[in-house]
Amino acid sequence: MHLAYPAVLSALLFCTGLYGVLARRNAILVLMSVELMLNAVNLNLVAFDVWLSKTARDTLHSGQALTLFTIAIAAAEIGIGLAIVLSVYRNRGTSDIDKLRDSAEGHESDGPDGGALAAEQADQAEQAGKAEATA
Amino acid sequence: MTTTTLAVLVPLLPFLGAAAGLLLGRTAPGFVRPLAVLPTLASLVLAVLVAVRQGGHQAIGAATELTPTGSIPIELALYIDGFAALVAILVGVVATCVQIYSTGYLRDDPRYPSYAALVSLFTSAMLLVVYSGDLIVLLVGWEIMGICSYFLVGHYWETPEARAASIKAFLVTKLGDVPFLIGLFALATDAGSFRITKVLGTVASGGLDHPTLIALLLLAGVAGKSAQFPLHTWLPDAMAGPTPVSALIHAATMVAAGVYFIARLLPVFEASQAAMVVLAVMAAVTMVGSGLAALAQDDIKRVLAYSTIGQLGYMTGALAVGDRGAAVFHLLSHGAFKALLFLAAGVIIHAAGTNSLAAMSRMRGLRDRVPDAYWTMTVALLALAAIPPFSGFFSKESVLGAAEHVATGHTESAPGAAGWITLVAGLLTALLTAAYAMRLWLLTFHGRGAEAPDHGRQPLTMTVVLWVLAVPSLALGGLAYRSLPGWFDGRDLTPALTTSVVGTGVALVGGIVTYTAWRHTTALVARVPLGAVAAHPEGDAGLVEAEAIASHKPAYGDVAYAPDPADPGRLLLGPLHRHAAVGFHLDAVYSALFVRPVLAGASLVRFLDREVVETYVRGAGALPRLLGAAVRRAQTGNVQTYVSALLAGTVVLAVAALLVATGA
Repeated sequence: MHLAYPAVLSALLFCTGLYGVLARRNAILVLMSVELMLNAVNLNLVAFDVWLSKTARDTLHSGQALTLFTIAIAAAEIGIGLAIVLSVYRNRGTSDIDKLRDSAEGHESDGPDGGALAAEQADQAEQAGKAEATA
Repeated sequence: MTTTTLAVLVPLLPFLGAAAGLLLGRTAPGFVRPLAVLPTLASLVLAVLVAVRQGGHQAIGAATELTPTGSIPIELALYIDGFAALVAILVGVVATCVQIYSTGYLRDDPRYPSYAALVSLFTSAMLLVVYSGDLIVLLVGWEIMGICSYFLVGHYWETPEARAASIKAFLVTKLGDVPFLIGLFALATDAGSFRITKVLGTVASGGLDHPTLIALLLLAGVAGKSAQFPLHTWLPDAMAGPTPVSALIHAATMVAAGVYFIARLLPVFEASQAAMVVLAVMAAVTMVGSGLAALAQDDIKRVLAYSTIGQLGYMTGALAVGDRGAAVFHLLSHGAFKALLFLAAGVIIHAAGTNSLAAMSRMRGLRDRVPDAYWTMTVALLALAAIPPFSGFFSKESVLGAAEHVATGHTESAPGAAGWITLVAGLLTALLTAAYAMRLWLLTFHGRGAEAPDHGRQPLTMTVVLWVLAVPSLALGGLAYRSLPGWFDGRDLTPALTTSVVGTGVALVGGIVTYTAWRHTTALVARVPLGAVAAHPEGDAGLVEAEAIASHKPAYGDVAYAPDPADPGRLLLGPLHRHAAVGFHLDAVYSALFVRPVLAGASLVRFLDREVVETYVRGAGALPRLLGAAVRRAQTGNVQTYVSALLAGTVVLAVAALLVATGA
């Protein structure tokens, strides 16, 4: 199999993941998109490992070994990520990334409740602004 | 103990007393009075011992060099000749009297410990100036006196007059001290040494390259310290200090330091004829101007201050005609009677509750309230007016005699012009002196009107001292004029017949004219009521005086002047009175020439600093602030925006790397 097929496939996968990370609003879907990007990289690693072992005398298969590492780390990462999303959802009642803007300049946060309150107020202001803009 | 050890102890004891007084003032208040009086008294005894051992013979000299200082060595040197020995005794006597007097005068003053320590420090500095044989060591004492004077004049710093006067005294004397320092350096460079003996040796051998320049520079410092025209304006204002300080610093010792300095270095001044004539003109202007001003003052202490300026003018006049014996003779007798006048004035201010002559002239029987002050002040005023046989007569006649000698060409030590200037001004001043002494006496003790207030007897410490000082005021001149030449240059100090007759005659005329004028005006006293009396007349004398000074301006419109038509000085001076009362507008001239330009310059500097420099600083800060605000707007809190920016950056970098790699 020519190297171009897995390479193009992995590029498509990566672009899909990237689009998801940049455009999706739901935090869980963002995490899924990250997984897509990781798997694109994995595919690349495996494909190039095969290609290199044909042309050069690389008998260690370090590409495949690295893929195993990536899968393990991705599993850990998704576990932590989902846990964070879960706790954010429990606290705020939403996992919408657009509404988690506590690190914005000029944002005043005093404690989790105050922060939530401020975030809600900011949301309301934002919605009002949007309503005005659409009107 | 050797004489040198004794002489070292003389300035050292009051210094140690001052240090101990400052340290123990708060923790052990019981020791403050002994620590103030005893070291000064001990150093007086030692000074007398030193004088007895020196005996007016060969000068005692000793020197030690602590450390090499480069080009011209500075040595801790003693040089005690007859002048130094006798002036040290005067300083010791006056300082002891003042310390004893102060224990009564500032009885309840909370700042007495620091006051007494500063007076001790001042005494020590003056004795250092007197005994020092090295010009730099002399300068150290000279400057310590300046700073002590600043602190002591400002003792009543609650009153604005005292604050202003202390700063003025400091600045004006420093104005003279800067040229003085340069003059000392120039002198030492020419002579190759700061030792007075070596300097005088160089002068004698004609080794001085710029005598006129050096003499004039030194003269500026002397004019500042000895309150000679045109730097005399600080002395009348310095009367805002406590009376004992006025007696010690501004009558008997510090102001005499300048005269004493010239007396020591007289050959340097004699090397330049121009300097001697300048000295004579300075003395003449000082004498006559201060005499006129004294006749118009309303504050009893300001009369005495102007009188001090005038008497110092006599001393500089004597130096201008090259007779330092006469100058130091007048310094000694003047020190005694002027200290007495001031201390008596302090008693009178306490008893009357006011320092205004106009108010005193409306009090009947003030002399019965303070008989000690009345009698001693009469003695001192007669000495001041140079009536024989009081001590002022002999010393003043020796000055006039020396001037007459030079004027008629009997000696070649000084230019004849200096002799004539001093003689004419001296005789004119004798007239004025007698006039203002008479006016002071009549207005103070012969008032008419309400009975003087009775605050009980004055403290014993204050009255005994007056009698102690009355003895030299009465008898010093007559007893000493025969023996003093042995201590000095050996020149005769016996009063000459012509100048004595003319001088005494002129003084009598002045006194009689003033008396007639007083008889003429005294009827007006009852018609124009005047007078403000201190709020707490039962307080200690220092408090009464501070209140009297503070209330003079609100009550009479000026610190120096009272609108009193019953004043004989007003009749005598006529249209001149208005100008004389304010010291011939010299303060106004200085304020226009120096004070206002300096203040304008200061406000200009403030404007440049506040408006120009700070604008640049703020501008430098404003741009980064603006940039920071712009960058902060990028931080939206939306993670996806950040990642998008990251991606864009990565793409740009990748493309750039690709382009560089392919060499496009």
